[in-house]
Amino acid sequence: MNNSYLLLTTIIILLIAFLYLSWIFVSNEIENKNKDKKNRRDFLYTASYTLGAVGVGAVIWPLVHQMNPDASVKALSTTEVDVSAIEPGKSITVLWRGKPVFIRRRTQEEIIEAQNIKLSDLKDPQEDKDRVKKPEWLVMLGVCTHLGCVPLGNKGDYKGWFCPCHGSHYDTSGRIRKGPAPTNLEIPKYEFVDNNTIKIG
Amino acid sequence: MSEEKYIPKSKIAEWFDSRLPLLSMAHHLREYPTPKNLNYWWTFGGILTFCLITQIITGIVLAMHYVAHADLAFESIEHIMRDVNYGWLLRYIHANGASMFFLAVYIHIFRALFYGSYKAPREMIWIIGMIIYILMMATAFMGYVLPWGQMSFWGATVITNLFSAIPLVGEGIVTWLWGGFAVDNPTLTRFFSLHYLLPFLIFGLVILHIWALHIPGNNNPIGIDIKQRSKDTVPFSPYIVVKDLYALLIFLIIFAGIVFFVPNILGHTDNYIKANPMVTPSHIVPEWYLLPFYAILRAVPSKLGGVIAMFGSLFILIILPWLDTSKVRSAVFRPLYKIFFWILVGDVLLLGYLGAMVPEGWYLFFGRLATIYYFAHFLLIMPILGFKEKTLPLPTSISEPVLDGKN
Amino acid sequence: MKNSYKNFFLIIIFTIFCLHLNLQASEERTSLIKTDWSFKGVFGKFDRGELRRGYQVYTEVCSSCHSISELSYRNLSEKGGPEFSIEVTKNIAESFEVIDGPNEDGEMFPRPGRLSDKFVKPYPNIQASKAANGGAYPPDMSVLVKARKGGAAYIYSLLQGYSDAPEGYVLDDGVYYNKYMPGNQIKMPNVLSDDLVEYSDGTEATVEQMAKDVSSFLTWASEPSLEARHKMGFKVILYLIILTTLVYFSMNRLWSRIESKE
Repeated sequence: MNNSYLLLTTIIILLIAFLYLSWIFVSNEIENKNKDKKNRRDFLYTASYTLGAVGVGAVIWPLVHQMNPDASVKALSTTEVDVSAIEPGKSITVLWRGKPVFIRRRTQEEIIEAQNIKLSDLKDPQEDKDRVKKPEWLVMLGVCTHLGCVPLGNKGDYKGWFCPCHGSHYDTSGRIRKGPAPTNLEIPKYEFVDNNTIKIG
Repeated sequence: MSEEKYIPKSKIAEWFDSRLPLLSMAHHLREYPTPKNLNYWWTFGGILTFCLITQIITGIVLAMHYVAHADLAFESIEHIMRDVNYGWLLRYIHANGASMFFLAVYIHIFRALFYGSYKAPREMIWIIGMIIYILMMATAFMGYVLPWGQMSFWGATVITNLFSAIPLVGEGIVTWLWGGFAVDNPTLTRFFSLHYLLPFLIFGLVILHIWALHIPGNNNPIGIDIKQRSKDTVPFSPYIVVKDLYALLIFLIIFAGIVFFVPNILGHTDNYIKANPMVTPSHIVPEWYLLPFYAILRAVPSKLGGVIAMFGSLFILIILPWLDTSKVRSAVFRPLYKIFFWILVGDVLLLGYLGAMVPEGWYLFFGRLATIYYFAHFLLIMPILGFKEKTLPLPTSISEPVLDGKN
Repeated sequence: MKNSYKNFFLIIIFTIFCLHLNLQASEERTSLIKTDWSFKGVFGKFDRGELRRGYQVYTEVCSSCHSISELSYRNLSEKGGPEFSIEVTKNIAESFEVIDGPNEDGEMFPRPGRLSDKFVKPYPNIQASKAANGGAYPPDMSVLVKARKGGAAYIYSLLQGYSDAPEGYVLDDGVYYNKYMPGNQIKMPNVLSDDLVEYSDGTEATVEQMAKDVSSFLTWASEPSLEARHKMGFKVILYLIILTTLVYFSMNRLWSRIESKE
C-alpha cells in the first residue's frame, strides 16, 4: 500500500512537471515568433526542472504517509479473547481496531436454523459453514453494513440481530435478510489459539 | 510599478481576471523590475518565505499527533519520534527549522542595516518587518514550551514572571497569562492555540511587507534609485527566481546537514527531562536566537529596568529610520558607518554569547558594557554620524558601476 | 560576488563558533573517558552485538530501579535496533507481567506481555520509586542519553567513575562519590562489577565492556531512528548538491544574457 501511494505521488508530480515544461515550451515558441529570437530550451534547464520535480515528490511523501496508521496502532491490530466463560446462547462484545466484534456461542437450534436455508432467499448468498470455523462459535464485526450502526442482539424477525437505525434484520449466522443493508455482517480474520482463546486480527 | 499591462491569453483568463485580478498580479510579480545588481544578501527574503511555509506545513502535520496536555505532551512527542511514520523527520525539521528561520531573519535584518533599506521611503516595510520579527519571537517562545521539558517549563516561568515587574497591574497580568497560580496545564493549552494562530498572522503581514516593498521597489547594494528600467533592472522571473532558488538550495544543504546529522546541537539537553515544578535546572537559558535579549534583560540590576531595557532594545530598532540622519543609504559609501556596523554585529554576537553565561563577574561586566554600547550605537552614533560623516561620492546610476566591474 | 561569499561564510563560521562556545561553556567538569562509538559521525551505525548485550545489562542490572517506559517490546525486533528475531522478542515480552484491565468484574489483572506493550516499569509511579530509593528518583532512561551533556560518553564514564572520595572531602549521608557526576555526589551506588552479567554471546563482561554496551543500548533507546536518519541524510544531501550544481550552471547561463547585453 505504501508503494502505490509513492508511485501515485511520483506520477502526479512528474505529470505536473511535464505539463509545466510543455507550457513553458509552447509559450516560448509563441514569444519567439513575436521577438524573432533564438531561445533554446536547453537540456540543462530541463534536467534542473526534472530533478527538482523528483525532489518535490520526495518531500510530499512523508507529509502524506504520516497520516497513515502509525507503528503503535499497527501493533494493536490483533487482540486475544478468553471465551471459556461464555454459555451456549450467550454473546460477548469485544473492541477490536476500534470496532465492536460479536462473539456468540450458538445453541444447536441456532446452528440448525443457520444451516437450513435456501441460498436464493439471501440478499448476499453465503453458506453458514463459510462464515464459521467451529459451528458453535460465531465471530463477526458488529457493524451494520448499511451505514455503520451497531445492531442489537436477540432481536429482529430472524432470531439474530436487528439494526435500529434503518431496520436491517440479520439471521443466526449474521446474514442480511431484510432491510437496506447490502451485505452480511463481516467476518474478521480470526483463529482459535486454543479451545478457550480466540485471536482476532 | 507600471510595467506593461497584463493581456489575458484566453477568454477564461479574461473572465477570471476581470473579476479577481490574480492573473494580473501574477504577471506583475513575474515581470517586476528588480535591480540587476542585487547581491546574495538579497536572497534571504525568499529564503524566509520558504522557512515560514515549511514551519506551517510541518507544524500542522505535527499538530495531528501532538497532545497539548501537561500529563501527555512530553510522551506525545516521544510517540511522534518513535511511532508516527517519519515523525522523527517532521519533528527535527520543525525544531531546527525555527533556528534556520531566525538565522535567516538576522541576516535579513543586518542586510537592511548595512544597505540602509529601512530609510525613506521604505520605513513602512521596516516597521512591518519589525512586527513580523516580534511575532516570530512570540511564536518561537510559545512553541518551545509545548514539549513540556524542563527548559520549556522554566523558560516559560521566567519570561511570564517578567510581567509582574509592571507596577500595579503586573501580578494580575501574570495570573491572567498563566490561567492559574503558576505555569501549568492552562498555560500549555493556550500557548498551543496561540502558537498555531500567530504564523498565519505572520503570513498576512508578509504579504503586506511585500506589497509595501513593491511601491518604492527594492533597494540595492549601492543604495541609488533606479534611473532607467531597461538599463538598471531585470524582470523578477526568471533571473531573480533562479538566483533565489540557488541561494535557497545552499541554505537547504546547511539545514539538511543539521536535521540529519546533528539535530540536537542547537537545543538544550535539559529539555529532554520532563517538566518538574519542584526542581529548577542549574542554568535556565532560552534558545540561541533569544540570547541577546536575555543578556540585555539581565544586565540591568532592577527587574523593571531589565524589562524596559529588553523591550527598549526592540523599540529603538523600530524607530531606526528616524534615528539615522544620513542622506546616504548604503554603507558601501559610508566608510565610518561601515566600521560601526561591524562593531554592532560583534556587539550583538557578544550579547548572544553572554546570554548563555551566568550573569556574574566578568560576564556581567561585559554584558552591561555590551548593552550600553548597543543603545549608544542607535541613540548616539547613528544620529551623529549622519551629520559628521564624510561619505564617498555616489555613482550616478546602477548600471554605471556594473560596467566598471565593481560591486 | 567572491566578496559576498567570503563575508557570508565568515559570518556563518563565526556564528557557529559562538554557538559552539555556548554549548561547551557553562560546565567546568572532568573531561569524559574517550572511546570510539560506532554510531558517531555521518556514516555512524549501531553495533548489533553491543545493542543486544546492552539490552541484557539493562534487563539484569538497571531495570530493577530504572524504567524505560517509552520503549515497546516490539522495538527490540525492529530495524535499526538490536534486531532480535520476532520469536525471541515475543518470548522476551511474555517473560514480563503486565497489568491490564479493568475486566468484566472491574478489576485489574496481570497477563503476560505482548509485542505491543511498553516496557514494564519497576515502580507504578515516581513517588513509589523515590520511596524505595532513599528519596531519589532513578530517572526513566527512554531519552536519558539526550538528556545529559556528553550523552553516551557521559553514561559510559559515570558508570566507571566511582571511587573513594579524596582526602578531606565531606560526603553526605546515603551518597556516593563519582568523578563525572556534576557536583561529584550521586545517590546511585556503584552497580557494575566484573562478570556481573553472563553475556549470551560469550563476551567477557568487564565493567568497561558492560558500561560500553549499556551506553550504546541507551543511545539506541533514545534515538531509534538514528540509522534511518543517517541513511536518508546522505541521500538528501547528495541530491541537494547535484541539484544545486545544475541550478548554478542554469543560473550562470541565464544571467550571461544580461552581462553580455550592455
